[in-house]
Amino acid sequence: MKSASLSVALIIALAGLPVQAKDTVRIAFIGPLTGGVSANGLGGRNSADLAVRLRNADAKTPYTYELVVLDDECKPNVGVQVATKAAADNGIVAGVTHYCSTVAMAAVEVYRKFGLPVVVWGAVLPDITYASDYKEVHRVNGTMINQNEAAARFMTGLKFKRWAVIHDTTDYGKGHNKYFSEDLAKSGGQILGTFGVTADQQDFSAELTKIKELKPEVIYFAGLTPIGVRIRSQMDKLGVKAVFQGTSGIVSDAFIEGLGPLAEGVVAFREGAPAEKLPGGRVFLDAYTKQKYPDDPEAYGPFAFAATTLVMDAIDKVGPDRKKVRAELNRTRDYDSIVGKITFDDHRQNAVPLITKFVVQDGKWLVWEDSDYASGKRALVKK
Amino acid sequence: MDPGLLAQHVFNGLMLGVIYALVAVGFTLFFGVMDVIKFSHGDVVMLGAFTALAVAAGLTGMGVTSHPLMLLGMLVVALGLMAVVGALLARLLVLPLRGAPAINVLLITLMAGTVIREGVRLFYPQGSNPKPFPRLLPGGTVEIGSFTLRHDSAILFVIGVAAIVGVHLTLARTRLGLAIRAVAQDPETASAMGIPFTATVLATFAIGSALAALAGVVNGLYYSEISFNLGLLLGAIGFSAAVVGGLGNVYGAILGGFLFAALQTIGAVALPFASAYKDVFAFAAVIVLMALRPAGLLAERSAERV
Repeated sequence: MKSASLSVALIIALAGLPVQAKDTVRIAFIGPLTGGVSANGLGGRNSADLAVRLRNADAKTPYTYELVVLDDECKPNVGVQVATKAAADNGIVAGVTHYCSTVAMAAVEVYRKFGLPVVVWGAVLPDITYASDYKEVHRVNGTMINQNEAAARFMTGLKFKRWAVIHDTTDYGKGHNKYFSEDLAKSGGQILGTFGVTADQQDFSAELTKIKELKPEVIYFAGLTPIGVRIRSQMDKLGVKAVFQGTSGIVSDAFIEGLGPLAEGVVAFREGAPAEKLPGGRVFLDAYTKQKYPDDPEAYGPFAFAATTLVMDAIDKVGPDRKKVRAELNRTRDYDSIVGKITFDDHRQNAVPLITKFVVQDGKWLVWEDSDYASGKRALVKK
Repeated sequence: MDPGLLAQHVFNGLMLGVIYALVAVGFTLFFGVMDVIKFSHGDVVMLGAFTALAVAAGLTGMGVTSHPLMLLGMLVVALGLMAVVGALLARLLVLPLRGAPAINVLLITLMAGTVIREGVRLFYPQGSNPKPFPRLLPGGTVEIGSFTLRHDSAILFVIGVAAIVGVHLTLARTRLGLAIRAVAQDPETASAMGIPFTATVLATFAIGSALAALAGVVNGLYYSEISFNLGLLLGAIGFSAAVVGGLGNVYGAILGGFLFAALQTIGAVALPFASAYKDVFAFAAVIVLMALRPAGLLAERSAERV
């Protein structure tokens, strides 16, 4: 039993039993540990750390792993700096990198140049894997293409017709806007107005007053948690009555914490299943809880865990050599992980066919199908 | 445009203007008495908001449910504590550097601001996340056509305007105001006339920082959400407003605050490009104004500083 062996490993780790001397192999983790989306970065960091701890506690592994944690602050310029720091360090064999799409886009060039194989754990912009053909860059989580296709189909299926779009003007927000607008046109929905906003904007009263004039049924928001919280809250202030539909960027506990009861009825979409419904989700969550990390794993923690485990498995198999590890990662096919089977396509993108629909009910992100909204007990639009 | 929506835009802009003016007045007061730019001011705004939030959590924990009582507690503690913080910053960072190049004060306060900001992020529980701010004011609305006026927004507007009027009266009618004006005009002569220089400077920084705390609380109550980095842009805007109005002139700062809010609203509403460019537009307009009137709209007259 895999879960049993994991638990045993964990007990050994917690007991602090000495393990025999092994070569130490260093791998990098890069994510936003400070700034507005740091909740996601810290969740990813802890999840990667958990994967390393579990591995090190296992006496059968050939190496002792050390996780080098670097903060990209969700800023492209900082991201390139830390990516260069990791990639230029020959002692680092591989990386588990990036939550923010803008940062990942800037950093892939660095990995290419220095030949550092990386696995992206959270950024969803398709271009990260598809705009270039860099053998160093892999991704375990899905892209925003699948996410928006499903979102457009689902929301038009609920008989919504008129949208207003607010997106942040980073690659992330613009990408979502592009794919969602295309998919919505195909599904027969109409976009009344599109508003680009900066990623650190505080006041949205001007945009929302204009939207109020347009009277949309749904506001589609493409951006991350901090401004998502502000927009939803200011909608209420200005009396804008529309369903708030977000992207994977707001599926975080921080979003609900920031809004309180106003989060009720917000819908959002994310590729992959929620942690507790993943094949290895229970084991992951139990192990995570036992480590007493101060922060939650957040939505992409399981992907960071899976990416780290994938990297360590490759190193265990072929040794700590960047070229060999890259070739081994390239070959990944039907690999069992806690997020399900991982298979990389010709651009080393994992196909994540499942898109999960979420809705906030009573202060929790619930899978749509399990919610009162799906069963008809509650309605998104108050009559 | 529909008159209701126009009214909505105007009120949105006025509300922003009040918050900006409260911040800008601080910048201009500090410049008046010490000829320094205190760049940690935006972060004092944020610290004031978080102090109020902590007080609210504490009072809730003690079983206080009365909203007026909570609000009073929050305002008293946040304003009082920020007044002390402001005076301390002046005593420890600004006054010792008197006589040093002004850039040193600018840098040291910039760093102090970073310390405050990162301190809140690291030491406030889950400080990196946006925090919901309690809704303590009555939440009813008046709907006139498509104009939605919330009671709480109207109350906040009145509070902000009252604070600005209060500052004006303090400066114009009280002995402290007279002392501040005297020190701003000529510190040496003021000292010779028996006005205690250090005490006056500390009082000025205390007043400016208490206003910052008020701006933070108003900001929190208006947006129902605060985050550790809210002071960054607010500081930059407050500073620009103070400069464009005429550094050292309180009325210039107030004018600058409302002007900046108007520019942002126009940038988002009336201009044909994406609303993301509203800050670009507003700051560009400030640059043009600076080029046309380098000393600011209401230039500081030597006879009447502050």
